[in-house]
This record gives sequence, C-alpha cells and structure tokens, in this order.
Amino acid sequence: MSEIGTQAASIRFAGVSKVYPGGVTAVDDISLHIEAGTLVTLLGPSGCGKTTTLRLIAGLEMASTGHIAIGDEDVTLVPATERDVSMVFQSYALFPHMTVAENVGYGLRFSGHPKADIPGRVAAGLDLVGLADYTARLPSELSGGQQQRVAVARALVLEPRVLLFDEPLSNLDAKLRRRVREEIREIQGKLGLTVVYVTHDQEEALAVSDRIIVMNQAVIAQDGTPRQLYEAPESAFVADFIGEANVLDCEVVAVEGARARVQIGPLTLDLPARGRAAGPARLAVRPDRVGLGSGEGVPGRVRRATYVGRHMEVTLESEIGEIFVLLADADAAPGVGDEVAISFPDGGPVLLPG
Amino acid sequence: MKTPEGRTGLDPAVGLWLAVGAAGYALLPWYAIEDGFFAFGWLFQGYPFAAEAAPALFLNTAGAKPWLWPLLGFLLLPLAAWGAARNSMRFSVVLLAAGGGGFAYLLAQGFAIGIGGWEYQSLEALLGPMADRQFGMGYGALMLAAAFLFLFTTGLAARGAINGDPFVVGAIGLVVAIVAIFIFWPITRILVQAIQENDGTYSLVVFWDKFTDSKIWGLACLSGGGSCGVAWNSLALAILVGLLTTLLGLAFALVVTRSAFRHGRFLKALTVLPIITPPFVIGLAIILLFGLSGTVTQIVAELTGTPATRWVYGLPGVLIAQLLALTPIAFLVLIGVVEGVSPSMEEAAQTLRADRWQTFRTVSLPLMRPGLANAFLLGFIESMADFGNPLVLGGNFDVLSTEIFFAIVGAQYDQGRAAVLALVLLGFTLGAFWAQRFWLGRKSYATVTGKGDSGIPSRLPARLAIPVYGVVIFWTLFTLTIYVMIVFGSFVELWGVDHTLTFKHYLTAFSVGWTEHGLHLSGSAWDSFLTTLEVAAVAAPLTAAVGLITAYLLVRQHFWGKNAFEFGTMLSFAIPGTVIGVSYILAFNVPPLELTGTGVILVLSFIFRNMPVGVRAGVAAMSQLDRSLDESSLTLGAGAWSTFRLVVLPLMRPAILAALVYSFVRAMTAISAVIFLVSAEYDTATSYIIGRVENNDYGLAIAYSTVLIVVMLLAVGAFQLAVGERRIGRRQGESGPAAAPARAGGKP
Repeated sequence: MSEIGTQAASIRFAGVSKVYPGGVTAVDDISLHIEAGTLVTLLGPSGCGKTTTLRLIAGLEMASTGHIAIGDEDVTLVPATERDVSMVFQSYALFPHMTVAENVGYGLRFSGHPKADIPGRVAAGLDLVGLADYTARLPSELSGGQQQRVAVARALVLEPRVLLFDEPLSNLDAKLRRRVREEIREIQGKLGLTVVYVTHDQEEALAVSDRIIVMNQAVIAQDGTPRQLYEAPESAFVADFIGEANVLDCEVVAVEGARARVQIGPLTLDLPARGRAAGPARLAVRPDRVGLGSGEGVPGRVRRATYVGRHMEVTLESEIGEIFVLLADADAAPGVGDEVAISFPDGGPVLLPG
Repeated sequence: MKTPEGRTGLDPAVGLWLAVGAAGYALLPWYAIEDGFFAFGWLFQGYPFAAEAAPALFLNTAGAKPWLWPLLGFLLLPLAAWGAARNSMRFSVVLLAAGGGGFAYLLAQGFAIGIGGWEYQSLEALLGPMADRQFGMGYGALMLAAAFLFLFTTGLAARGAINGDPFVVGAIGLVVAIVAIFIFWPITRILVQAIQENDGTYSLVVFWDKFTDSKIWGLACLSGGGSCGVAWNSLALAILVGLLTTLLGLAFALVVTRSAFRHGRFLKALTVLPIITPPFVIGLAIILLFGLSGTVTQIVAELTGTPATRWVYGLPGVLIAQLLALTPIAFLVLIGVVEGVSPSMEEAAQTLRADRWQTFRTVSLPLMRPGLANAFLLGFIESMADFGNPLVLGGNFDVLSTEIFFAIVGAQYDQGRAAVLALVLLGFTLGAFWAQRFWLGRKSYATVTGKGDSGIPSRLPARLAIPVYGVVIFWTLFTLTIYVMIVFGSFVELWGVDHTLTFKHYLTAFSVGWTEHGLHLSGSAWDSFLTTLEVAAVAAPLTAAVGLITAYLLVRQHFWGKNAFEFGTMLSFAIPGTVIGVSYILAFNVPPLELTGTGVILVLSFIFRNMPVGVRAGVAAMSQLDRSLDESSLTLGAGAWSTFRLVVLPLMRPAILAALVYSFVRAMTAISAVIFLVSAEYDTATSYIIGRVENNDYGLAIAYSTVLIVVMLLAVGAFQLAVGERRIGRRQGESGPAAAPARAGGKP
C-alpha cells in the first residue's frame, strides 16, 4: 500500500478583485498570504465573498484584476484542471454513477499516475479516512458522514499543493460535525497540508483554524489567530461576528504610551490604547466578561432574565446603553427589575481601533 | 502532481487537426460526389485521378483549379508553431492566422467561383473571365474546413478564451459555424431572394409589389366579396388555434390536478398521440367523419333530409384538425405549470377569506400565466407552420404555408413570391415569440421554492368544474373516435361507398414477395418507408449530439455573446418548417454547398428543425445536475472534455435517450419542411402519403399512416420501457442508509 504524502505550498493573493458581469464586486482588492502547512479559515456572513475567494484559489473563477500565486508559481491564468489544487465541496459532489473506489481514483487517472498504482493509492486514501471496506459501494449507499469522508479521500490521494473545503460540515448533523472537524484537523496536522476552509460558523472556525481571515462585504475585515480575533477584535463587526459582544460608546481621556485612560459612564478604565488617540471611541466587551455586583459600577436595571440551562442570559438597561450578559451561576442571578452595578474586570473590555 | 512541462515538437491537438486537414486536401475527393454522400462507387472509378473524385492536391498538381493552391499554404502555416509552448504568443497567433485565414479563404473561393465560373460580375470585370468552374464542396473540402475551424479555436483557447479550454472553445466554434451555415445563411438567402427579380437583379420595388399583393393582405371577405388574403387567413387561424388549444389544455390540466378524477395517467398517455401522429392524419380522419361522404355527414343528412354539404373544407375543418392535433401539446405544457402552482399559496388565499372561485381567479390563474403564454405560443406557431391539414382540408381557404408550397412547386414557380410569403410567415412567428417574452416581462412567477410544501391542491370551484368536465369528456371521446376512425378506415374497401372489410390497402403498400433473388419488397410504400427510417435513424443521433453539446455550453459555460448564441440556437424553434424548406432550397441548390435532391439535405433539415427540442431536453436535464459535480471533476485534474465524457454524459443518459427517440419520431412524422426537399430518389413516408391523398387514394394513405403510428408507438414504448427500468434500478440504489445529498443543490 502506498503512502499519501504532501506537496503543501503557500498561497499568495496580491490585489485580487473579482467583478462579475453585471457589476457585482464579489471580492474587492484582497491581498493575503497563507503559509504552507497551515489551516486557514475564511469566515464571514453569507455574501461576504469567502466562497468566491476559495473558488479563485481553485481556479473555478478567474480573477478580474490582481495576481494569485501557489508556491512560487503565478497561477492567475492557470485553469482549475492544471492548478494542482483539490476541493471538497459543500455537497461533496461525489459522482453518483461511480463506486467509492472509482470516485477516489478519478483524479489519479488524469495526473499521470501509472494505472497499476491507482488501486494502491485509492486503498491508502480510503484507509486514511477509515473507509477501507467500502470500495464497492455507490455514494447513495453511504451515510452523509461517510460521503463526506470519501470526498476528503478523493481530494487527498492527489497530494494537492492546497486542499480547499467549502463549508464541509453544513450537511451534517450537530453531533457528527464536531467529530468530522476534529478528523479534518487531525489529517491536516498529520500530513502537513495547506488547507483553506470556508465556513460561516464562528465556533467551527475557532475550533479548527491556525489562522482565521474574517471577510465582510468583499474585503478582509481582520486576519489573525483565533485568540487574537476573539480577544482583540479590530472592529465592531469582528467583535460581534466572533462570539457575541457588547459594543459601547466611550471616551478616551488620555493616552500614555501603549495605555489609554477610558471613561465609560462613571467608571475609568485603564486599557491598551491600540492606536487610539484621545476623543470619542468604542469598546467591545464579551457578555461573559461583564461583572454584576452591588459595589462600584455603572448603575443598571435588569430588563430581561432568561434561564437557558447552562447559564443565565440577562439584559440590562443603563446610561451607557443596553448590555447583554451571560452569568455562569444561574442561582446567583438577579431578577427582572433588580438594580445592579455593572463593572468591567481586567481583560474584559477592549478598545476598538476602527 | 502534474507540472506543465515545456513541449518540444508540435502540440498534439494541432497535430491532429493538421492530419485531418491534410487528409481533406490530399486524400479525399474535393468536390461532392454525384451519387450522393453515402455512395462510395468513386473509390473504383478512377480515383484519385478522375476529375470528379480527385483530391485537391491531385487537381492542383494536374493544373486544374489553381485557386485551391493557397489552401495548402494555410494548411502548412501551423508548422510555424513547431516547438512553441501552448501559452506562448507565437503559438496562438500562428494558429489564429492559419485557421481563420484558411477558413475565410475556403468560403470566399467557394462563393466567388461557381458552376458558371465567376459568381459576381464585378469579380469577372476585375480578374478577367474564368475558364474553369467548380461544383459543390465534398468530403475533402468539408474536412479541411473543419481542420481550419478547430485550428482557429485552438488558437483562441491558447489566448485564454473561456479558461483556455480547447474543447469548450472548439465546441462553441462548431455550434456557431453550423448554426450560421444551416440556419442564418438560408434565412439570409430568403431575404435576398425576396428582393431579387427573376433575371437576377435586385429591386425593392419588386419586393414591395409582391409584398403588397392583395392575395396576401386582401380584406375582401369582410365586405362579403370573395376571400381574404392568405396572411389574414393564417393569422386568424393561428390565433383561434392558439386560444382554443390553450383553453382545452387548461381544462384537461385542471381535471387531472384539481379534481377527484383518478385516471390522470390515462390522459397523460394520450399526450403521446400528437407526437406519433403525422400531422395531416387527423385531417384524413376528419374527412372520414365530416367529409361529403363522411359518416356524420351522411347520418345528419338522412335525419334532417337536407343534402350533404362540403362545409368541413375550409376554416372549420382545418381548425378542428389542428385543435385535435395540438391540444395534447398544450396540455403537456400546462400540466407542469398547474402542478407547479404551490398549494400553500391557494391555502393562504383561502385563509385570507377568498372563496374557491376568487382564489382561482386571483391567485391560481395569474400564477399560470407563463404556462398559458407558452401554450398559446406553441399552438400559434404550430398552426402557422402546419402544412398537411390545410392541404388536405383547406378547400378554398388558403394559408401561408400552402401558398408558399404552391409558389415553389406549382405552375407559378416563383421563388421570389415564395420568399416574400415565407418572410411574412416568419414575421408572424417571430412577432409572437417576442410578444410572449414582452408580455411575461420581468415579473417572477417562480412558485416552486424548493422548500417543503405540505398543502393539498384545492378542488375546482363548482361553477368551473361542470363545464370543464363536460368539455374534457367530450373532447376525449372525440379524440378517441378520430383514432378509431383512422384504424377502421384503413380496413374498408372505399370509405362512404363500400364498407366491406379488406386488407387491400396494406397489401398494396407493404406486400412482400419471394423471387429467385430472395425477398422482394413489392409494396408501393416500401421505398419511402425505408428511406424515412434511414434518414430518421441518421438524423436522430446527430440531433441529440448537437442539442446536448449546445445545452452543455448554455448551462455550464460562460462566454462573451452567450445571449446571442442562445437566441441563434433557439431561433429555428420560431421558424416554421415551411420556411426552413424554402430557405434550404434557395441556399443549397448551388455551390459551394450543393445539396438539393440528396438525402443529406433531409438529414440536415431534421437536425436543425429538431435541434431546439434537443437543446431544451439537455438544458432541463443538465440543470438538475449539481454544478459542483463538474467543478470537482475539474479540480481533480480532468479537463472539460474528460468531465463531459465521464461525468456529464453518463448522468444524462435518460435525457440522451429521450432526445434520440424524440428526434427520431419527429423526423418520421415531419412534413412541412420535408415536402420541399424530397426527390424521386429520396421520398419520405409523409410526402408519399400526401401524394396519395392528392390522388384521392384515402385508403392507402390511411393504411400507411396507421403503420407509421404503430411503428412509432413501438419506438416510444420501447423507450419508456428502457428508461422506466432504469428508474426502478435507481430507486433501489438509493434505499441505502441515507438520502443522496450528492444530488442536492449546492451553493452557487
């Protein structure tokens, strides 16, 4: 049985735009660099251009302007067939008239592999995804999760320079999703593949990625590690899209070096300045990092309190706006109409640079 | 892993087309062989030196047809791309120049030099008189033209057109070329002919005279003095047929979907009838029933004591015959639309306090608008194009299609007049085509949302149900009677006079005898029957192939000018067969394409008459294939051709079968275009039958028609069986643990 190896290569976009006939700009002047052997997620709401970006990498769409390189090769004008990029489709796109083995061996027929090697590679690929015994089945005789793994095996056996996933989990039920995404991550790590992964589910993105590129309205909103995105969002959009966030108006009173003194209601906070000068600003704070107590703080009143099992969801009214809070301890939560003091513990709020 | 290695030598695709072109130039007869496209006697009659069958190379080296020399130059030019990489500028420029220049020169010399030397006086004045001459192009010219075309498209692909895929660019080039040659060129010829005087000079005055002829536009019938112009006759008939078939079709569709009627399958089975029935056969049955010696006429005459009349000949007869023939088509169109109206919308209307009648009037009916418009358009165009029924039943009621026929074959022999009439006819059908598009406009009528719909179609309101039921029952019985009459009529001695049962007509047509040479087909119909089978069998796979390739390009590829491309391929849908027939005579009677009187012209007319059907079938089937299947094949390294062959074609097998059977059956029953194109050698079943009818030999005509209907029922039945079995197999395949999301629609 032959081994599945890797030819992982980096991806570089330089000023790439895609304008469809009719004038819709799906991708607007994007530049990015994805290192070889990493798993990078394209994340964003529907219509943000993430799938178009993926298809530009695959060569299924041709860039209107700009340059795309895979490894050292400029592939801007190279069609999909010759890009040496494999893609796992949202619908899996298994050929319904071919068996599992024929599906997995399909691409090998066109890549100059000797005919005799193909069965061995197919077996190796199916072994990798744990479906070694299913070679003779038709796709319609497999479950959704199995079909998904066949699609992955079909892409892997070609040892592509880049492997693309277009919302691979969206057709699976919730329990299966967690397992499959862990499997994808495991295979990626084991083979050292360059993977670009499209999803609109932020939890999925945080769980699988080395790096996340958040897109919004055809441009990149932020590019960073999951932790950077969650803890230091650069815009209200990213703050709200990655996990939930309260975005509040505040005033930067003074900046000293990298720290800023920020006034919000009666409170004064000492936060990283993140490039802001004195003046009106906005900060983001996660709902689970808001303190409620009776001491010092912004006075607020509970308008809604909902029990959802693992925690309480509380909505507060205050002079700094409406604030949404998650409280881990359901028993200690205040009731509707209670007056509370809202505080922001260290590591909670971040100033938004944009 | 594959790397595009630098090539030495010649690109394989270029090599292939060079070989094809060289064979066309140096090996195969350059000019068309007199005996026909499929005759190979020339191989033994002095090939390659006899002038009739000599390849261009032999002609040239013998000093004949020197104007073919430059073709060799264009053919050798691609060798300049030797060693050039596929994405280099040299490669593409050389190929574009060689292919484009060669193709253009081939066309130019073909049109410039004809049977009598120079075709244009200006050229003769410029270059002196021509001693030599040439005939229609043959195999050699055809292959060289194909080679030039594909060299050109390979060059275009190398320039990066359509993602640089040579297969797709080549396919587009091929479809564009054949549509231009076999649809646009003939139609252009009609336009030219319409302004040409009989001595060959051009004059708009002549056109105006012919166009404003009172035989076309006269309104005498309104004032009670004589008959109206043929244009008004055709228009009135077509509008009546369009309206009435739409109403009847709607009635049937409503009964099947919106009532307790349990035998919808039976009614749907009836829709196969017009497909397998040659159009004029209905006319024959009408004569058997309502003609001077028809059953109904005789009974009524006896009961009332009035003498039998010929009332059915004229508008009433043609109208009834066309309604019978076209109502099932309207039903077929409307059943889909009526079923498509979401029951939830009707239920929503009812919860909003609309009663059943108000719901039907304000919600259901408006949502059916596109279907109604489509059904009307189909009825209108088919009625305009119908040739057989007006010929059989028209009497003094002349319509455009028959008038065109008599202008060409009758004593008048006035091609200009035929061209003008054809233009009027084309104007009407294209006008209807555009009017329909305009009327439907930009509104969205999509009611099938893809979301589950658990509603139940509401019953018809009572005030609608009773008349609808009445009409449907009456019409079904009437249709069945007609078909019984056809079968019965073929077994009687002489209709209306001697009703003794007999096999006489079948024996005359299809008797088989044994002679010392073996089986001898002595019946008078065998010749035309076998010719029809042969021509239809050749045309069917070609029609399906052209249709499916076009559909693939339309659904799966994006390219500049795609809208124009789509319009061009669908145009022949709006061109009545009569017009196609006339235009083919005009365009292919003289070199460079000299095809009249051959079987090839019949095959070609079938291909381009039925192409829209193949395209529509292909588009429908391909739209159901998730695009990601193609895309995944592409990202797995398969080119467009491999993807088409390994993924698209296998998944479209039912659509391919349907296109094959349908184009076969249509070719068997066609009459309107064929009647102009048949020759003594290549007569078809339908034109033979029409000939019998004109000689009042109804018995034979009906017997022959019955045989045709049975043959085609068998063809359609065999097809249903084949596809039906496949469907069962597939359902078993899908009964695995999961549904098949591979077939679910993906993200665009």
